[in-house]
Amino acid sequence: MRNVQTVAANTFREAVRDRVLYNLVFFALLMMGAAILVGQISIGIERDVIVSLGLTAISVIGIFIAIFLGVALVSREMDKRTLYALLAKPVKRWEFLLGKFFGLVMTLTVNTAAMAAGLYIALWSVNHALLKSDTYVLVAVYLILLKLALIVALALLFSCFTTPFLAILFTAGMYVAGLLAGDLRTVHGVELDPGTLRLMRGISYLLPNFENFNVMGAVVHGRGVSAAIAWQATLYAILYIAIVLMGAAVVFSRRNLK
Amino acid sequence: MTQGAIEIENLSKEYPYGFLNLKKKMSLEGLTMRVEDGEVFGFLGPNGAGKSTTIKLLMRLIFPSAGTARILGKSIDDVSMHGSIGYLPEQPYFYDYLTAHEMLDYFARFHGLTANDRSARVAVMLKKVGLDTAKKIQLRKYSKGMLQRVGLAQAILHDPQVVVLDEPMSGLDPLGRREVRDIILELKREGRTVLFSTHVLSDAEMLCDRVGVIVGGKLRGMGAPGELLDMKAQGMEILFELSGVPGNLPLLTKATRTGERYRAQLPETELYEALDALKAASARILLVTQIKPTLEEYFMHLVEADRAQASAVEVSGK
Ligand SMILES: Nc1ncnc2c1ncn2[C@@H]1O[C@H](COP(=O)(O)OP(=O)(O)OP(=O)(O)O)[C@@H](O)[C@H]1O
Ligand SMILES: [Mg+2]
Repeated sequence: MRNVQTVAANTFREAVRDRVLYNLVFFALLMMGAAILVGQISIGIERDVIVSLGLTAISVIGIFIAIFLGVALVSREMDKRTLYALLAKPVKRWEFLLGKFFGLVMTLTVNTAAMAAGLYIALWSVNHALLKSDTYVLVAVYLILLKLALIVALALLFSCFTTPFLAILFTAGMYVAGLLAGDLRTVHGVELDPGTLRLMRGISYLLPNFENFNVMGAVVHGRGVSAAIAWQATLYAILYIAIVLMGAAVVFSRRNLK
Repeated sequence: MTQGAIEIENLSKEYPYGFLNLKKKMSLEGLTMRVEDGEVFGFLGPNGAGKSTTIKLLMRLIFPSAGTARILGKSIDDVSMHGSIGYLPEQPYFYDYLTAHEMLDYFARFHGLTANDRSARVAVMLKKVGLDTAKKIQLRKYSKGMLQRVGLAQAILHDPQVVVLDEPMSGLDPLGRREVRDIILELKREGRTVLFSTHVLSDAEMLCDRVGVIVGGKLRGMGAPGELLDMKAQGMEILFELSGVPGNLPLLTKATRTGERYRAQLPETELYEALDALKAASARILLVTQIKPTLEEYFMHLVEADRAQASAVEVSGK
């Protein structure tokens, strides 16, 4: 486990030195602009606008980082051959992979936490107070983070057996397909035969269901999120991530470096 | 039989290529050899011969199509043995956002050294490879030779029992080469085993207990540099001066002339006969030496033999 930690810490250091966290500047500007704008409209929906804009930005920025950096995590090391010397140390390949995963999740956690703090500052500046319902924003941010971790795991898996370009496409495709998984399940096509329907339903359960992590609607309108939903999503994410990472480890452990 | 530091058995690697990867190219064919404990072994061969392929197979960076190998008695599948081996990759490249100091410290962590041990070891290594003054500079700003030096430092950081170096001298200035030679000799003195690949035959001749020559993925020769060289036919060379009009000396047909000086090469068996003839022609004999074949000639001989064989196969294949 110490090896995993060492790799994770270095991955975080790499992200910081490669100025990944600079995206926060963009987020800060966006939030400031939004706060000033809605402050001028003031028709009673300032809070809703800020929350929905903030959460969307946190999610979109996070997804970009998760996909692009997630794919780069391993493929860049193979490409630049920085892996060679490392794998000749007493490090198992799965330890390296896991370290990379946790390193990027750590980066995303810091990044997301900073954005969440920015969102709260924006909320405070338009309302001059924080409401009790605002605590649910934190739950929404937590669920976004779980979603991002799952995306990183998928990106890692794809980058283990294909080119970076295809891995980015596959990961993005998986994300979109995962968003539609719920719809696929509830199709009631009269013209479809039962076999096809069953197949579609089967596929929909295999795909990562990203709707599990989306509580934006409820949070934006000040409704709460039940603890059960948060727990379910957590469990779902952990299980799915574990399976995906195991798959990645199996593929990577037999991979010939170039 | 005692256990060799590195034992390679029938190791082969083929790479798929061509349309849908249907064709296979053998990069290494049934390599069997062993490197004894405490030995410095040189791995020679032309570009694309399969030296790096062998080394990468040993380091588990690529996987063999057939065959096995053991290092220090343990199968190469067993990564725990990596605690006692060091490896310098060909054209090494490291995290360019780290400084040399940070990079070595990072690698040292995998060897389970405590913080104090780490900083002490890293400082010693940086001094040893001559990077003491550049340790705070990010590796992206390093020159090729400096990277090679950091690479060497990380390979021997943890006092490994077996050290595998893929072209350790490449990219180094004359001083650097000398330093690497000294480091290899020091490793040998400490009883460690060193396997290194190189194109610089004089280095191999100077450092190695034994060398292996690999051409076209096959091992073509192996032995102590001295032994290998004895295997080639040797001759003599005579340098002499002859003033005036030379008579009908048979030796002159073989000689090259510079002014009044002649240089002739001949088989050892004809030496005395030739010397008598020269004496009779009142030539002044300046020097008689044995022609010592260099490792280079031996190497060229093997490579040419391989080429000849390859073209013979091509012809007969038609
Ligand atoms: N990833 C790969 N895919 C296909 N062929 C490869 C690959 N890596 C190496 N080869 C082939 O294997 C052969 C041996 O290559 P190798 O790198 O072992 O040579 P080398 O002896 O180290 O040469 P050099 O002295 O140039 O470093 C070459 O013909 C090369 O084309
Ligand atoms: Mg090579």
